[in-house]
Amino acid sequence: MSKYYLSYLDELESEAIFILREVWAQFQNPVILFSGGKDSILVTHLAKKAFHPAKIPFPLMHVDTGHNFPETIQFRDDIIKELGVELIVGSVQESIDDGRVTEEKGKNATRNALQIGTLLDAIELNKVDCAIGGGRRDEEKARAKERFFSHRDDFGQWDPKNQRPELWNLFNGKHFQGEHFRAFPISNWTEMDVWNYIKRENIAIPSLYFAHEREVVRREGTWIPNSEFLVLEEDEKVETKKIRFRTLGDITITGGDESDADTLQKIADEVAGMRQTERGNRSDDKRSESAMEDRKRQGYF
Amino acid sequence: MLDNNQLLRFTTAGSVDDGKSTLIGRLLYDSKSIFEDQLEAIANTSKKRGHDGVDLALFTDGLRDEREQGITIDVAYRYFTTPKRKFIIADTPGHIQYTRNMVTGASTANVATILIDARHGVIEQTKRHAFIASLLQIPHVIVCVNKMDLVDFSEEVFNNIVRQFEEISSKMLVTDVRFIPMSALIGDNVVNRSENMPWYQGAPMLHTLETMHISSDINKVDARFPVQTVIRPQSESHRDYRGYAGRVASGVLRKGDEITVMPSGFTSKIKSIDTFEGEIKEAFAPMSVSITLEDDIDISRGDMIVRSNNTPEASQDIEVMLCWLNDAPARPRAKYTIKHTSNDQKAMIKEVVYKIDINTLGRISDDKNLGMNDISKVKIRTTKPLMVDSYRENRVTGSIILVDDATNETVAAGMVV
Repeated sequence: MSKYYLSYLDELESEAIFILREVWAQFQNPVILFSGGKDSILVTHLAKKAFHPAKIPFPLMHVDTGHNFPETIQFRDDIIKELGVELIVGSVQESIDDGRVTEEKGKNATRNALQIGTLLDAIELNKVDCAIGGGRRDEEKARAKERFFSHRDDFGQWDPKNQRPELWNLFNGKHFQGEHFRAFPISNWTEMDVWNYIKRENIAIPSLYFAHEREVVRREGTWIPNSEFLVLEEDEKVETKKIRFRTLGDITITGGDESDADTLQKIADEVAGMRQTERGNRSDDKRSESAMEDRKRQGYF
Repeated sequence: MLDNNQLLRFTTAGSVDDGKSTLIGRLLYDSKSIFEDQLEAIANTSKKRGHDGVDLALFTDGLRDEREQGITIDVAYRYFTTPKRKFIIADTPGHIQYTRNMVTGASTANVATILIDARHGVIEQTKRHAFIASLLQIPHVIVCVNKMDLVDFSEEVFNNIVRQFEEISSKMLVTDVRFIPMSALIGDNVVNRSENMPWYQGAPMLHTLETMHISSDINKVDARFPVQTVIRPQSESHRDYRGYAGRVASGVLRKGDEITVMPSGFTSKIKSIDTFEGEIKEAFAPMSVSITLEDDIDISRGDMIVRSNNTPEASQDIEVMLCWLNDAPARPRAKYTIKHTSNDQKAMIKEVVYKIDINTLGRISDDKNLGMNDISKVKIRTTKPLMVDSYRENRVTGSIILVDDATNETVAAGMVV
């Protein structure tokens, strides 16, 4: 007798495909927000499945902070070529040059918050009415309140206390001109689910996720990669360590862990034994208890 | 090993006073689902607020306003995995003014957990939570009789509460109800068996959740396939491909099945069921697939493919149990967009048959105004037919939402009677 139930990974996959098709059916001009991180790679992979045998019917949008890992940009360009889809780039450097945003100064300066302005500009400029993201509810407490279809007002802002209720699998993407939506097909996935699925499907991910030798600096309990953007303090020294990155953000703020995990199996095993959350090494989230909520309200991913 | 495991969604309804947050914290902590940096963060907050030890309830804190007011306002989703299953908790506020959030969390749940403070027994709030579980047809209910440590772990107190609950639930549509005496604070019968209540022969909460039979929660009888979108690659290799993409709402569809497309009534046969991995012989709920047919028929989003010998009712007049979700009350005879599966139509509330007093569960027939959190039976007229089943038989094809065209907000959720 056949079994008539899905394993949890198959159910999560089916749910994500359903959301992606729903976005395509309900919006005129959706894009996938592509950062080159594992979550946006996963969303892109699921989109490939959702519209097979057709191509992914919408472009990928990358908000380029200019502070990238070179590996990420290479990976992005390769995937665009493979899929044959359009790439839209919003450049933070251009926003700075145009005087639309002002760069932070000091030791822990990052362009993280500056992405908000660039992202909203790119959304407006390209008349995007739905930006599909790889946000997951298990990542952070403000994200735990996020909807699959999340409304943004005409300033791109999120109002967490006044969200549309979402029931069953009925999603309401109706909006007025100038407003847009964010859609999160992998809302219900955890970090562990993502790795188990990447392993199962053997999805290509940037080499940065695998253990590799790299020049790093010890800062606030984590290994920050050495780069042209890093300003060294007097007591800091550059060392070479075998590390891997658990999440990928700007090269200036993403800390690595010492690790020997150089295969997907080893990564999955390592993640299963982790006792720290994945954003624990992201200094952008350490700024205050509601750092993520505050950025999300303004229009962050 | 994990790969064969199922996903179980459950809701928790209750207020802070019932120990709901403590229960969730305990479940996550004892199943080793809390990370060290999260634990450190709540340990710091506990100290700052002058609590003794680590207050596990703080783990469920969400938005800034919720932290400041010490309440849950919105539905928060939390995740944990054991070697047996993956769990999604929809953590919903228990207070009457958040009925709509409880309804939201309940809409996709396999299991409702209802918290009762052992000192107070069944109160009005318990009744309300049981009613919502019954209204939303959550297949299983776990009644957590919490704070047993404060009633000397008394079997008699527990048995009294079981009797009180059965008295109210006998009038409702809840079938599978289990009762667990526990103390979330000290961890008795949540993940680990209690040593203080040897008289309780049942399993702790986590084991109950891990072993509950949930494969039958989805309707596997009535094949329903709402078409979401049509896939037409128009590429060299797939020039004539026309795949109807969607997620099986219920039942099983097989290659070669005689099907009817509703509402047009055209019939054909299933030529293939396609996925990214290739063709498959059969598809069941909740799989996302693409279907191709033997004949060229005009099909678009909003249509439903069903097996010809088992069709839903196509009707412009439906009766639903409606929960109002919006600050702005219903406007008499106003037009709304009704969303049902992938189908959008215009609709009007023709008549409010009765409203339910959420505290006494009695019917009110002299007040026909629908305001926030009101639950009522209404008659709705739509511009074109919807292909509906009763909600009792089919949660996917028996549910609707109403969207206000003036604000685009989701204002009501309904279950087809």
